[in-house]
Amino acid sequence: MSNSTEIKEDVTIMFAGDSGDGIQLTGTQFTDTAALFGNDISTFPNFPAEIRAPQGTLAGVSGFQLHFGSVEMNTPGDALDVLVVMNAAALKANLKSLKKGGTILANSDGFDLKNLKLAKYPEGVNPLNDESLGAYKVYEIDVTKHTKSALAESGLGTKEAERSKNMFVLGFIYWMYHRNMEHSIKFIEEKFKKRPDLIEANIKVLKAGYNFGDTSETFNSRFEVKAAPMPKGVYRGIMGNQATALGLIAAAQKSGLDLLYGTYPITPASDILHELSKHKNFGVKTFQAEDEIAAICASIGASFGGSLGVTASSGPGIALKTEAIGLALMLELPLVIINVQRGGPSTGMPTKTEQADLLQAIYGRNGEAPVAVVAASTPSDCFEMVFEACRIAIEHMTPVMFLSDGFIANGAEPWRFPKANELKEISVRFAKEKNMGDKFMPYLRDEKLVRPWAIPGFEGLEHRIGGIEKEDITGNISYDPDNHEHMVKTRAAKVDNIADYIPLQKIDNGTADADVLILGWGGTYGALRNATAELLAEGKSVAHAHVRYMHPLPKNLETLLRNHKHVLIPELNNGQLIKIIRDKFLIDAKGLNKIQGLPFYSADIKNAVYKLLN
Amino acid sequence: MSTDIKPMTSKDLVTDQEVRWCPGCGDYSILKQVQTVIPELGLKRENIVFISGIGCSSRFPYYMETYGMHSIHGRATAIASGLKSVRNDLSVWLVTGDGDSMSIGGNHFIHMMRRNFDVNILLFNNEIYGLTKGQYSPTSHEGQITKSSPYGAIDHAFNPAALCLGADSTFVARAMDRDPVQLREVLKRAHLHKGTSILEIYQNCNVFNDGAFEIFTEKASKKLNTLFVNHGQPLMFGENNSKGIKLDGFAPAIVDLETTSVNDLWIHDEKDRTKAGILARMFDHPSTEGAMPRPFGVFYSEDRACYEDLLNQQVAEVTSKRGKGNLDDILKGNSVWEIQ
Repeated sequence: MSNSTEIKEDVTIMFAGDSGDGIQLTGTQFTDTAALFGNDISTFPNFPAEIRAPQGTLAGVSGFQLHFGSVEMNTPGDALDVLVVMNAAALKANLKSLKKGGTILANSDGFDLKNLKLAKYPEGVNPLNDESLGAYKVYEIDVTKHTKSALAESGLGTKEAERSKNMFVLGFIYWMYHRNMEHSIKFIEEKFKKRPDLIEANIKVLKAGYNFGDTSETFNSRFEVKAAPMPKGVYRGIMGNQATALGLIAAAQKSGLDLLYGTYPITPASDILHELSKHKNFGVKTFQAEDEIAAICASIGASFGGSLGVTASSGPGIALKTEAIGLALMLELPLVIINVQRGGPSTGMPTKTEQADLLQAIYGRNGEAPVAVVAASTPSDCFEMVFEACRIAIEHMTPVMFLSDGFIANGAEPWRFPKANELKEISVRFAKEKNMGDKFMPYLRDEKLVRPWAIPGFEGLEHRIGGIEKEDITGNISYDPDNHEHMVKTRAAKVDNIADYIPLQKIDNGTADADVLILGWGGTYGALRNATAELLAEGKSVAHAHVRYMHPLPKNLETLLRNHKHVLIPELNNGQLIKIIRDKFLIDAKGLNKIQGLPFYSADIKNAVYKLLN
Repeated sequence: MSTDIKPMTSKDLVTDQEVRWCPGCGDYSILKQVQTVIPELGLKRENIVFISGIGCSSRFPYYMETYGMHSIHGRATAIASGLKSVRNDLSVWLVTGDGDSMSIGGNHFIHMMRRNFDVNILLFNNEIYGLTKGQYSPTSHEGQITKSSPYGAIDHAFNPAALCLGADSTFVARAMDRDPVQLREVLKRAHLHKGTSILEIYQNCNVFNDGAFEIFTEKASKKLNTLFVNHGQPLMFGENNSKGIKLDGFAPAIVDLETTSVNDLWIHDEKDRTKAGILARMFDHPSTEGAMPRPFGVFYSEDRACYEDLLNQQVAEVTSKRGKGNLDDILKGNSVWEIQ
């Protein structure tokens, strides 16, 4: 065999095809295998908005992007090295992301006249046959034909046989990157447990794809991506929504509370529900409510009853929950509200990412209505930050909003998961006795300004709470002017006090006196970390800090910001954190805003920093 | 803690809050009957929760010395769903009005009934928005003159009992503020029913819709215009029960007992959904020519599994099958690798 092997530090590969082509499965299989091998990984699936958009059309293209390497991977990759396309539409939709000189692997069967027409190529044009792809290495494989011939004797019908196409592609890519097929074979055996004929067929096609690479003369180069030098430990792969679900379960276990997750299906938050609904043996109850309002209200009812009430949605659903968030903060009950942000406003772009709900989270309610807000920065950070959201909610008797976004919710990375005994204990103190002589006062506060959690069932603690302004200490209805002002300020001070119980802001990379501080929050972490590393390597005076506690902000944040000549705040919105920073600290921060439903690329950040430094 | 085992009295259910309904409001009577009935139910005060939404009636929890929540408009049902999901040991009572339950809270109201949480819903129907000072409600009749319908309401009114049966409610009853004896009786029945009990209570708003139910509640007209149904008993009404209801196919007909035998009358059967539907549809405006009398009492009562029981059962089944969840196992997941 005359194949040569080239060593690569990192590779960005995208699998793209019809949403029915099994693209997401191909992508996750390759990801798992890469992770098991020891590469660092970062992935991002890109679903079409419609579940089954017409086959072969641009609207129906589903993609899965994976960045894997022998170095630290912080993002799913800015530009593609390899683009695997199952049809013409998949090529057309994703070609702009491919690096010049990159590799295209095309299923030639997906470039017939019908597919070309559906992809809106002009009549008579086939990009595989003209010069338009001259800047790339193009390999055509008739995947459909090879799959069918591999299964000629299987007895499977044409349709069922064709469904294994993705396995041929997967096998071929395994060959290309010197990967072992064992993990995927095990996966197939598990998935089709009840259909031995499909186990056999899929494995056969997978191997056929691998062998095709080996035997076909077309391909003369293979690549090797060595394992990454990651910190020692045991890892698993994790997606953001999955991490969020696990974080909730962990918080319930560490607080000794049962969890009620009240929610209504919405993209991109529903996977949290799917995950949690499997784990009833952890004292987890999921309640799929009739609407967003019922979802949060049920969670409030559960918290009133002494469980950990959690609700989740995305922007439009959060808007519907707004009144009830106000109720929860008047009741001063623990409640966690998860917002997996997506492109807005209104229905916006459900399958695209954005971080434009920060102001909604912090300010978006009637009246003076402060709630605590935290934000996760990576898929695995969802675990840590939703756990923190639960801790704050329970220990401070307040609603807490946890912000994730479509990018990290569906993105995956390796996770050196914690041991249960390494997690903080969350302290729950249910009121058990009267707290003022022979009376129980539901709004008598402790030194943190936190009121007692008195749940039904305790004799002598019967009390009424509600959304009408309440009298200090007694909780009775009150329209007294001074009392109202006092209560508004007390509720705000209670939330501000949380700053004493959260970690100080750290610089992620760079020095505390660098000329430019890149201040980010949320799912842009990976892109900012990459850009900062590249800028530092270029000798630029730059540092990166990433805020995870959005309200209240860490106590040292202002001092930290003032040590830098420039503060750059990149956000996937029209400027939200920047408003807060300018408002709170009167610091002349500069914004960098991208509102395209896409993540930041390294180059976006670097160009903004160059501009500030010149 | 406490060692005294004095039985609960209605006084034990009175709070230190001044009752703030308008003088003469029907709510006073309902509060009194609830405070009278609850001590007879064998409940502990600390295990009772009253939840309300917004509206005049929704102030109710503040006047009950139990646990309580005065929530937001229309959402008491949703809050109770969450509470019952985690605390099936509690006796949960909801207090709502016609606007709170059937306008702004209409969605939660119907879903509460189909899920059949074990709660008691006291639906104070006064056919008007009282707290916002006199706009027409979803039960105001067509043509009703109110502040927001000076030329008469053009909305077709909801028939609450028919709506509830349509949502597969397992218990539907009707009472009135001016008949305390019957009200107490159906309150008890509502409590005894396991599942969502809907008790519609005709309640007079003497400020914005005074006399809406006068024809049913006042001595002079009550007998001729109301029909009190009891399980297993023939449907009779009128002065000295001189009239009865006969079923002609699915059509109810008023008959004179001087000419028709009691044996030919419709015998009330709470378990019969179809007949409950006919009772609910006896909803003519009393001024209509040949109007049927308005039924009161328990229309329908059915045993059906409650959501919270099914939920707990499922949790128990999964737990017994898979064992109590181990946090380390779930953090680890199905596939791990080690970097040395």
